[in-house]
Amino acid sequence: MSEAQSNSRQIILDRLKGCIVDAPELPTIDPARVIQFEDRLQQFQDTLASVGGEAHLVNTPSEIREKLQTIEVFQSARRIASTVPDAVTPTVDLATIDDPHALSTLDWTIVRGEFGVAENGAIWIDGKTLPHRVMIFIAQYLAIVISRSDLLNNMHEAYARIGTPDPGFGVFVSGPSKTADIEQSLVLGAHGCRKLQVFLLP
Amino acid sequence: MTSTLPIVDHPSAAREFVTNEPRSHWHDDSLWFVRSKRDKQAQSIPEWEYLREQASTIKNHTIAKLPEYLQQFEANATRLGAVVHWAADAEEHNRIVLELLRRNDTLRIVKSKSMLTEECGLNEYLIDNGIEVVDTDLGERIVQLRGETPSHIVLPAIHIKKEEVGDTFHQHLGTRAGESDPQVLTEAARGHLRGKFLSGEVGITGVNFAIADTGGLVVCTNEGNADLGVSLPRIHIACMGIEKLVPRFQDLSVFTRLLARSATGQPITSYTSHFHGPRDENSELHIVLVDNGRSKIRDSKTFRESLNCIRCGACMNTCPVYRRSGGHSYRATVPGPIGSVLGPAKNAKAHKSLPFACSLCGSCTDVCPVKIPLHHQLLAWRKVLVGKRLVAWNKRMAMKAASFLFRNPTLFAAAGYFGRVSLKVLPKSLTHNRFNTWAKDRDLPEPPKESFHEWYAKNRPSGAATASKEERS
Ligand code: SF4
Repeated sequence: MSEAQSNSRQIILDRLKGCIVDAPELPTIDPARVIQFEDRLQQFQDTLASVGGEAHLVNTPSEIREKLQTIEVFQSARRIASTVPDAVTPTVDLATIDDPHALSTLDWTIVRGEFGVAENGAIWIDGKTLPHRVMIFIAQYLAIVISRSDLLNNMHEAYARIGTPDPGFGVFVSGPSKTADIEQSLVLGAHGCRKLQVFLLP
Repeated sequence: MTSTLPIVDHPSAAREFVTNEPRSHWHDDSLWFVRSKRDKQAQSIPEWEYLREQASTIKNHTIAKLPEYLQQFEANATRLGAVVHWAADAEEHNRIVLELLRRNDTLRIVKSKSMLTEECGLNEYLIDNGIEVVDTDLGERIVQLRGETPSHIVLPAIHIKKEEVGDTFHQHLGTRAGESDPQVLTEAARGHLRGKFLSGEVGITGVNFAIADTGGLVVCTNEGNADLGVSLPRIHIACMGIEKLVPRFQDLSVFTRLLARSATGQPITSYTSHFHGPRDENSELHIVLVDNGRSKIRDSKTFRESLNCIRCGACMNTCPVYRRSGGHSYRATVPGPIGSVLGPAKNAKAHKSLPFACSLCGSCTDVCPVKIPLHHQLLAWRKVLVGKRLVAWNKRMAMKAASFLFRNPTLFAAAGYFGRVSLKVLPKSLTHNRFNTWAKDRDLPEPPKESFHEWYAKNRPSGAATASKEERS
C-alpha cells in the first residue's frame, strides 16, 4: 500500500469512527419461517425449466451419455471437457492445459454440482472440482450432474450447507447464460453457455 | 456522451423525453413489465416481508458497525491473498486502478457492469490514459458503442429501441443494415465480445456483496460476463463502495433471495459467483474500497439508510416519474428515487431539483427490498433544500403565500370563493398563459358549486357541530 493509500485508509476509518451509531442485533433466520416444498424434486425441475434449463432424471452415468447423444449439438461436438468421466469421456485433457485461453474453443463442458436449490433452480459448483474455472463459462454448452438426494429447499439451507467457504471459488448456476438487454426480449446464450442440461442421478 | 449540466433541472432535462409521447409510453410499458415480473416473484415467497425485515436489520447493523466490519473484511481478504486498497474519493479510485494497470503493462481491459466505476468515471479516465476499455455486459456495451451512459442501474439500455441497437451494431459490428431481431443482435455481440474477452489483460468487476467474516466477494450476473472476464486474465480488480459489506457468509442467503427477484423478477441471477482470494499462485486479486461521500451520508441520521441500497433498481421500475421521463433526465449515475436521494447528498446544489421529481406516491418505498423509506427521504430533502435556500424563488414565494393563506381562515375561505368563481368565468386564454406552467397539457378542473365548508354546514348531522367543536379544542 502506498503512503497516500494508507493515509486514505486512516482518513476513512477515522471519519467512520467519528460517528457512533447504535446497531440493532444481527438477526438469525428462523428456519420455520422460510419456504419448504413438499416435493423438492418437482419444484426444482419446474423452477429450472422456468429459468431456461432442462432437467433429466437418470439412474446411471451411462444414461447421461445416452441422453446427451440424442442432442444434436452434442453429436457434432469436438472439444469436450468433462470432470464426470464415467458419464462422458473428455476429448480435451484438462491436466495438460496451463493457460485457460486454450479452452476458448470448448464445445461442451460436463461437471459435477454439489447440490441444487428448489426455490430458484440454482446449483452450487465448488471451484475445487474444476481444473479451470473458465471451463463452465466459456463452453458453448454446459451439463451439470447432481444427485436427487442433494436437493435443498432454499438459499438459507444452501449457505448453511456450504458452511465456511474454503479459499478459492464457488458459483451458483441457475439456467444458461441469458440477457434481456435488447427491449426486454429474453435471449439465451449471452456470453456463457447457450443451453444448460441438468442430470439428476439417484 | 450526454452532457452533464452543472446544475440539473429535472423538468427541462426531461422535456424532450416526455414530449415524445409514443416513446414515453413505450418506456413506461417496458418498465412496468419488469415491475410486474417482480411482483410475481415477490408474491411467490410467503416470507417476502420477513426477508425484507431481515435484510434491513442486517444492513442497519452493518452500516452502524462499518469501521469494524471493514477492518475485519480487510484482514480476511488479505489472509486469502487478495490486496486491499482504500480510496477516499473517485479520483483516488481511478488512480489506484490505473497504477495497477500500468504496473502490469496493461493496454486492454474487460469490464463487467459496475455502478461504482460509472460513478467514478473510470472508463473516461482510463481511455484518456490510453487504455482500451470494453464493457462486456450487453446493455453497457450498447450504450458504450453509442457514446451514451446507462439510463438505468440494472437495465442500462432500457431507453434504446431494438432498431436503434441494430443501427449501432451495423455501424460498429457489421451486422446487416436494418437488422433488429434481438436474437441475431445478441449473437453478433457474443461473437464480438468473445474476441475481447480473449484479448483482455485484466478483468475489472464491481461487487454485489463483500463478506466481512470470510473476506470474500460475490458478483451476480445473468450473462456470465463477469465470470468469463475474470477467469481468463491473470489479474482481477474488484471495485466496491464501502457500504457493500455484509457481516456473515450466511447473510448472503437473504440478499441473494431478494436481489434478482426485486431487480428483474427472476428467482436468482444465472450466475452468482463467490471469490475467496485470487485464482492461483500466479494470479492477483485486488479489491478497491471506495468511500467517495459514503461516510458523509452515514453521518446523517435522516439519510443513513440510503446506504442500505443493494442497487436492484426496483424503485426506478416502479416510479411513475422515472418511467415517463427516462433515466437520463436525472443527469446522475444513479437515477430514479434512490438516485434522487443520493444525488443531493453528493452535491446538493447540482442535484437540487431531483427530490422534486417525485409525486410522493410511495411506491418506491413499498418495493425496496431493504426497506429504505425512499419517499420520506425525498420529502426530507425538500425541507433541507428549502433550508439551504436552494429552492427556486417562485417556489419559495408560493410556499410562503400558501402558508400565510392556510394560517388565515377568513382569507382562505375568500380565496376559495374567488377561485371557484374565476374558474367559471375566466376565458381559457387567461388561465392557460405562459406563466401558468401547471396548465401546460392540462385542463383546469371543473369548479365545485360550493366549498366543503358550505356543504358541511348544510349537511352535517345534528350534534356534529358540538362534536367537531370539542375535537377542535
Ligand atoms: S433503493 Fe431499494 S429499491 Fe431502489 S435500488 Fe436500492 S435497494 Fe433497490
